[in-house]
Amino acid sequence: MANVFTRMGDWVNERAPGLMPVYRKHMTEYYAPKNFNFWYYFGVLAILVFANQIITGIFLTMNYKTSAAEAFNSVEYIMRDVEWGWLIRYMHSTGASLFFVVVFLHMFRGLMYGSYQKPRELVWLLGMLVFLALMAEAFMGYVLPWGNMSFWGAKVIISLFGTVPVIGGTLVEWIMGDYLPADATLNRFFALHVIALPLVLLLLVVLHIFALHEVGSNNPDGVEIKKGPKGNRWDPNKPADGIPFHPYYTVHDLVAVGFFMMIAAFIIFFSPTVGGWFLEHDNFIPANNLVTPTHIKPSWYFTPFYAILRMIPSFFGTAFWGVLGMFGAIALLFLLPWIDAGKVRSIRYRGTGFKVALMSFAGSFIGLALVGAGVVGEKLVEWVPSDATFWENTFGRVMTAIYFGYFVFLWCYTHLGWEKTKPVPERVVFDHD
Amino acid sequence: MIKRPSSMKKTISSFALALGLLVGTTSAMASEEGGLPSAGTNVRDQASLQRGAKLFFNYCVGCHSLKYARYSRIAEDLGLSEQDVMNNLNFTGAKFGDTVISHMPEDSAQQFFGKAPPDLSLEVRAKTADWVYAYLNSFYLDPSRPVGWNNTVFPNASMPNPLWELQGLQTAVMKSGGEEVEKLELTQPGKLTPAQFQQATRDLTTFLEYVSEPAALQRQRYGIWVLLFLAGFTFLTYLLKKEYWKDVH
Amino acid sequence: MANEVVDHGRRRFLTATTAVVGGVGVVAAVVPFIKSWEPSARAKSAGAPVTVDIGKIESGQKVTYPWRGLPVFVVNRTQAQLDALPSQDARLVDAKSNSGSAEQQPAYAQNESRSIKPEWLVLVGLCTHLGCVPDFVPTMKPEPFDPEWKGGFYCPCHKSRYDMAGRVYQGVPAPKNLLVPPYHFVDDTHIQIGVDPKEAG
Repeated sequence: MANVFTRMGDWVNERAPGLMPVYRKHMTEYYAPKNFNFWYYFGVLAILVFANQIITGIFLTMNYKTSAAEAFNSVEYIMRDVEWGWLIRYMHSTGASLFFVVVFLHMFRGLMYGSYQKPRELVWLLGMLVFLALMAEAFMGYVLPWGNMSFWGAKVIISLFGTVPVIGGTLVEWIMGDYLPADATLNRFFALHVIALPLVLLLLVVLHIFALHEVGSNNPDGVEIKKGPKGNRWDPNKPADGIPFHPYYTVHDLVAVGFFMMIAAFIIFFSPTVGGWFLEHDNFIPANNLVTPTHIKPSWYFTPFYAILRMIPSFFGTAFWGVLGMFGAIALLFLLPWIDAGKVRSIRYRGTGFKVALMSFAGSFIGLALVGAGVVGEKLVEWVPSDATFWENTFGRVMTAIYFGYFVFLWCYTHLGWEKTKPVPERVVFDHD
Repeated sequence: MIKRPSSMKKTISSFALALGLLVGTTSAMASEEGGLPSAGTNVRDQASLQRGAKLFFNYCVGCHSLKYARYSRIAEDLGLSEQDVMNNLNFTGAKFGDTVISHMPEDSAQQFFGKAPPDLSLEVRAKTADWVYAYLNSFYLDPSRPVGWNNTVFPNASMPNPLWELQGLQTAVMKSGGEEVEKLELTQPGKLTPAQFQQATRDLTTFLEYVSEPAALQRQRYGIWVLLFLAGFTFLTYLLKKEYWKDVH
Repeated sequence: MANEVVDHGRRRFLTATTAVVGGVGVVAAVVPFIKSWEPSARAKSAGAPVTVDIGKIESGQKVTYPWRGLPVFVVNRTQAQLDALPSQDARLVDAKSNSGSAEQQPAYAQNESRSIKPEWLVLVGLCTHLGCVPDFVPTMKPEPFDPEWKGGFYCPCHKSRYDMAGRVYQGVPAPKNLLVPPYHFVDDTHIQIGVDPKEAG
């Protein structure tokens, strides 16, 4: 048996001698720092979710009907009449939310350990492009079931483009192909969701990983292992603190994959709507262009950005500032490698100012998410019924200020030499268990 | 090299914490839907489902369809035979494999109530079980409304109480001087005692909850095995990781 | 560092076990995806057994009913047509329907007339060659395509011929007799297509 496989391998190698070196470069001879911690699981988990989305997505298209008249019915058809259709659909809907959970944590890891700093700027930029494409992908996917939240979500998000000066109105009609989200909109979103954006995502993810493997992985200590001593158990010329990705990190990540799948399975089998957070109540009502849902809000993963949009008032007769703020919140992340001129990568050795700023930033992100999801508003109505809106706006604006303030502070803190760093060890800190 | 507490153990506890938080928030959110009393439904209670189905097909299907639910699937999931369903629940002459369509033609419904009664296939998913249960218990007589009925959970709904024979007649006690309803009073008893009526509406809500998501029965049945399998697999991967990482110092 | 010994046996064992258990998991996960291609509840409902009234079909006549979207021929054969069946045996591919066409009818229709009641022939009207719908040619007289014609089915697509029991003639492209679907008599004038007699109880 083994002999057969060896011969098959040889047969392929003879004809494609370039394949094995690629495998070695990215797996067995990719030397990753040995001190990865909890925060380093989320890249591989994102790949897992991406694969899940593609496979379940392909099977959903086999029964989904792309038409305003039939889309909603076809989703219920999948949920009820197609054998195991419910499982495939819940895997896809749960996967969509978990994709963002994983990507947010993956990005936060980058912020904590300075993974965007030189020489990994390109890795970060490609990652940000993945994030942008993912948001577009998720938004268009959300429209497809053509429930009432799909419809009104599409209407609100597309209307954002209406605030663009001069061409706004025309732009909105062009995006929708109609005067409201309609059959034409649904069809083009379907095309983008199932083929165009997945291709873009796949390409970007591959480039993101290739770019990473060019420069090598960062680690919780922010120590550049390539600059450290050479020679390890496997290769005398490779970094002493590096270990081959395969098998060491494959088996290491497999444990996380197991845990993660348990969490996902728990949601899929026992609470697929997660109390209205992963699948909203109002989206079980078919799209109705005459009735707006009472609690209109975007999917939870868009709520922080949506909150920024809501918290910035209109000036000079245009709501464009809110839109600018929302997109600016994402654009600033792109610029992070140049905003942060810190001498030290990891939060472990950075100044206290950085630690406080980063925690405030993460807090503001969660705070904005709660504002965007309407949770803050609901609570405030209970506590201060008369001034709920005032307090919600105040809270939301403080959070918005902290969010943007992080970038301003970080620039000053590092460019003006305010940061007092701790000494960085020469080797990574490794604990064996 | 500095020693830190075992990263693997930290990792496991982090994941366990995440799972715990998730379970916690989910159940917390499920229990505080809009301040309504809990409907107390359990879709795995087959007897309750059967009683609820009987109520639905006697009192509701005249106006409301379940256009995504098939008689055959209802029979299978509720443990009823084809004869049971075709003789006791299906009064429209629909085939066993057909979906549940109401008796009422749409235009006459529009005439009676101003708008066609909605399909109830997804009512519980759209409104929650607690809401449906509360709604069914909150009808009261209101001569100012065209059909003579009103509802405290859904004010000015254009639906009369279909279960009034069972519940009896409720009237509203208004708050002093205000338009708001303070509470509902049973002024004329029905065939059922208040406790029996609450159980009946709970059964009906249970049935509608099942109809909203028939797959709920399957996913809970399979879910436990999937989780057990994954737990075993994860444990194996943990042993595997420990074994390989003996090489790493 | 080099002082400890790698336990290759344990390592191999754990790798193999994890791979096998993981493989079982993958196979189990694939099953729902494969099963999602089976006919859905809607398709099954549309393909449910159909009960048809055959009381109005006169002797020598054929009526076509849809079942699972397929044309099902119900023919009320005349005594003359039935009497002519044995005379064709020598010219047929599988006159007894027990070799190549053994699977082309339920056991209760595996007889000379290929039916439950001799006069009533029930067939799926799709040529076993490439699935065209054959013409019903009941006349027992020489035809251009067969000078010894005793009535039967003639496929216009590739000239396959079947006799009055749907049995295929030699020397035509079709390999097998026409398919007899499961059916049973509800009463003298009604048959249900899609359900075997014993299933109906």
